[in-house]
Amino acid sequence: MKQSRVEISANVQLSKSIFRMELVAPEAAAAARPGQFLMVQASDDGYDPLLRRPFSIHNVTSSGEVHIAYKVIGRGTELMSRMAAGGTIDIVGPQGNGFTVNGKHHFIVGGGMGIAPMQFLTKKIVKEAGKPKVHILLGARDKAELEAFNEYYNPISGVDVRLATDDGSFAHHGLVTDLLREAGGEFGAGQHMVYCCGPHPMMKAVATLSRELGWGCQVSLETMMACGIAACLGCTVESTKLNSKGGAYLHVCQDGPVFNEGDIKW
Amino acid sequence: MTASGTFGYGEEFEEYLPLEKLGAIVVKGISFNPRSGNPPPRIVETACGMLNAIGLENVGVERFIKEKMPYLQKVGNKTIVNILGDSIEEYCAIVERLNDVSGICAIELNISCPNVKKGGVAFGTKASMAAEVTRSVKNVCNFPIIVKLSPNVTDICEMACAVQEAGADAVSLINTLIGMAIDIEKKRPVLANTIGGLSGPAIKPVALRMVWQVSQAVTIPVIGIGGISTWQDAIEFILAGATAIQVGTANFVNPNAAEKIRVGINQYLQDNGIESIADLIGAAHPGR
Repeated sequence: MKQSRVEISANVQLSKSIFRMELVAPEAAAAARPGQFLMVQASDDGYDPLLRRPFSIHNVTSSGEVHIAYKVIGRGTELMSRMAAGGTIDIVGPQGNGFTVNGKHHFIVGGGMGIAPMQFLTKKIVKEAGKPKVHILLGARDKAELEAFNEYYNPISGVDVRLATDDGSFAHHGLVTDLLREAGGEFGAGQHMVYCCGPHPMMKAVATLSRELGWGCQVSLETMMACGIAACLGCTVESTKLNSKGGAYLHVCQDGPVFNEGDIKW
Repeated sequence: MTASGTFGYGEEFEEYLPLEKLGAIVVKGISFNPRSGNPPPRIVETACGMLNAIGLENVGVERFIKEKMPYLQKVGNKTIVNILGDSIEEYCAIVERLNDVSGICAIELNISCPNVKKGGVAFGTKASMAAEVTRSVKNVCNFPIIVKLSPNVTDICEMACAVQEAGADAVSLINTLIGMAIDIEKKRPVLANTIGGLSGPAIKPVALRMVWQVSQAVTIPVIGIGGISTWQDAIEFILAGATAIQVGTANFVNPNAAEKIRVGINQYLQDNGIESIADLIGAAHPGR
């Protein structure tokens, strides 16, 4: 079953408002692919807040754990932040499609909480392509937001890691797109792939730049979702092509959350 | 039953509950031609509820028959097809196309969707128009007709009586309540459609009251809908006079909600020594 109540093995505070919840979920761990997501019920009674929250899969362990990283921004994530190890939580998933690893060089671009799904993806790409072919480009608002994920990017020796903060409190002062443009100058045209997750304006800029560079680009989108199983049809994005139902919209939960950037009407 | 618009065409839920054990699957509303629906954002969460303005996105009747019905026929469940149109002629055309399709046990007329500009709610807010569309469809339909009523009216009993008079075999109520939400940062409505339909536990007391009133005003069966999330909610609706219930938004929250409710109702009957659920229908009414 894709719905299960699972044990929380840890709920680690990574920064003032960012947490990592570690779940004992062997079935989900075995099935998960980078870029997929879980629908998590933040309340016990299912009334307040009513709807599940979609969270990208941050990491999967060989011992059968699935990790999600989340930022406390509303009532649901506030409730989640107070959950302790040993408790249980209801999940549905893994849902959606994932990233497709394809290219000579791989540019993993994460912005803010869009960094969350990149750890799982990085492991997969490193395994398939080898460390010298992997380039991690991360941007965040400030040092604290970026440092929440330092356990992810710090230990990866042999991988090219480039960092930026909007306020200049750490690493490059500027946007992650600056880092991508810089990498574009180094690697030139070629069969390279960009994997991107972050705020919509950032993904739009990365998609545009990737096109200019002649590189492929996959984006992981986030929208408001009620069900995550393609029943509510609420999580739509405008598309440049007709969807499987013949309409002009794609559904993030079913057709995504990962899309080729050319499929999205930016 | 599962409520239209919250259970897709059934197959979306096959991994989460035994579909064949449901009383019936009421499928996503079908129009004659496919519809793309409204632009995003289409949904927003509210206190114990949600607003939606999906805009009746659906595959249209031809693709429904070709691509969706075979799965429903294979499941072997009772299928109720919810239909919608911009005109009485469109409602009739859909029904005529469905008349010879096996596996359908009833038609539910959606005359109460608040999220489309034409048709929809216009039929559901005037008793004379509701009666007219019901009568017209009844004349051409091989199946029993359930008319789904809007709560966005002055007197829902008047609407129920009108469609009963026009030949409806049952009524289902309620559809969503019209509402809206505003983004205080952007200072704009959240939904691209500005207004949407409110559903979920927040609307349950309103729905229960309307089922209570309508079940005393008509003689045909009343199907209760509106915020039913637990078996206790379902029992309340049956005690209020509902012959059956539909589970809607709860399917989004817990994809196995309908099964949990079905099992819970049976357990309640067993625990209380009640042989038939018919004994409970309207049992909360005075004099029962």
